[in-house]
Amino acid sequence: MEQEHIQISNPILQLKDVSISYSPGKNAVKNVSADIARNKITAIMGPSGCGKSTLLRAINRMHELYPDIKIMGEILLDGKNILKMNPMEVRRMAGMVFQRPNPFPTMSIFDNVVAGYKLNGISLGKSEKEEIVERCLTNVGLWNEVKDSLFKKGTFLSGGQQQRLCIARALALKPDVLLMDEPTSALDPIATNRIEELLLDLKNEFSIVIVTHNMSQAARISDYSMFMYLGELVEYDTTQTMFTNPKDKRTNEYLSGQFG
Amino acid sequence: MRDKIFKKLLVGCCILVLLVCAGMIYSLVSGSLSAFNQYGFFHFIGSSEWDPHPDRETYGALSFIVGTLLTSFLALIFCIPFSLPVALFTGSYFRGKKIATFISSIIDLLAGIPSIVYGLWGFYTFRPIIIDLGLNSQGFGILTSSIILAIMIIPYASSLSGEFISMVPNELKEAAYSLGGTRLDVIRTVTLPNAGSGIFASYILALGRALGETMAVTMLIGNTNNLPRSLVDTGNTMASIIANQFGEADGLKLSSLIAIGLLLFGITAVINLIAKFIMKKFN
Repeated sequence: MEQEHIQISNPILQLKDVSISYSPGKNAVKNVSADIARNKITAIMGPSGCGKSTLLRAINRMHELYPDIKIMGEILLDGKNILKMNPMEVRRMAGMVFQRPNPFPTMSIFDNVVAGYKLNGISLGKSEKEEIVERCLTNVGLWNEVKDSLFKKGTFLSGGQQQRLCIARALALKPDVLLMDEPTSALDPIATNRIEELLLDLKNEFSIVIVTHNMSQAARISDYSMFMYLGELVEYDTTQTMFTNPKDKRTNEYLSGQFG
Repeated sequence: MRDKIFKKLLVGCCILVLLVCAGMIYSLVSGSLSAFNQYGFFHFIGSSEWDPHPDRETYGALSFIVGTLLTSFLALIFCIPFSLPVALFTGSYFRGKKIATFISSIIDLLAGIPSIVYGLWGFYTFRPIIIDLGLNSQGFGILTSSIILAIMIIPYASSLSGEFISMVPNELKEAAYSLGGTRLDVIRTVTLPNAGSGIFASYILALGRALGETMAVTMLIGNTNNLPRSLVDTGNTMASIIANQFGEADGLKLSSLIAIGLLLFGITAVINLIAKFIMKKFN
């Protein structure tokens, strides 16, 4: 059953025998072990319900908001077991971007970008804030589009712009890893394309893990790919190998469109 | 055929209700006309004189308007520190848990207690405390009524605002948690600002209830017709002056009481409309 997966040197994240259950005895994620590479994009693919989002959300301990969910195993971020750290600290180190753009509707664009600091009770000087806002909005290619309306609410932005604002909000805290949970599934192809290009830029500075059920997206942008099925990590390899020469029958069937 | 009859029946019932409502407004307006004609509308609401002596009959509503606004707003202020924590507890911290359901059903029980029972409890249990504290020799007054009113409106304010708090989308709260916020941080920066207008509307509706509350206030406010000079002073609200005096009123006095009733109706209608408007915008 247990397969040998690809070896990664100097990984940013190490998953060691991670299992996650929503109710006792029923594991949504089963004994996943994998190392995730620094400054690369790693895609997690699989059909709906395969546990890919569940696994991603374990990395920043989002599951703790729902007390029924239990995590077993170890997750190391830069060598430290995040399950033994303060969850607030973990979440600052592992930024998350969600399926649907969710900028805070009561805050201006400016305040959205620095919301992480406000939420953590860190007070910044005006110039520091301005510097962060300009840098992060420039990072996500939004600066030129919104620099004249920084103090308006972000709700007038298009879906794609809102999602880039959410990425900027996550980047502002300088996370070690950026977790993205199907970030383009609510967006049109043009907006999707912009975000994909953005991710290719961002990987120079950040390590990115992206969950997607869009295979071609994984093929376009990721360096490494995981294929999950029914809670198991079936195959994990470089994206190129996975798409040209999958080892497992199930991976092959999924990639050739026979299910999913 | 039967469908048509049913439809006509429904339309008929609705029209009947509207007619009753219109009839009430008509009789309130026509009943209060002689008072407004005698004293003038603005003089009536601006004068605090209430003298039923047959030779020099003069009536003004100011004392009661002030009494009503004072007790209601005080009650609103007193109820916030209790209802907001309850709303956060049931709508955010322990949302969906058994303990939250238990607490909100107890609070709802408070809403079901008849006004006269609050009045009785206030009269025999709470009033002596006010006397013991030396605030007022007989224990009646604006402060006593406001505190009882505050207890009475807590269930309305807390259950409605709890509802609005629990309606804040999960995805916004998750976004806030994912940035490393603690529960308190998330409530402070995301939950409360997003539920803000709904919470505000809940308090306006609670205020509307306090404005019209009659029985308990009538029993505790002290029934004097002067303009209240302090919070421990006695007085009357618009509702309580009507309850205290309608039995022996006729002529100009009756007309004045009806006019006060019309004003009270107007104030609560406006308050409720404002709250409904805010809630509609919220949704």
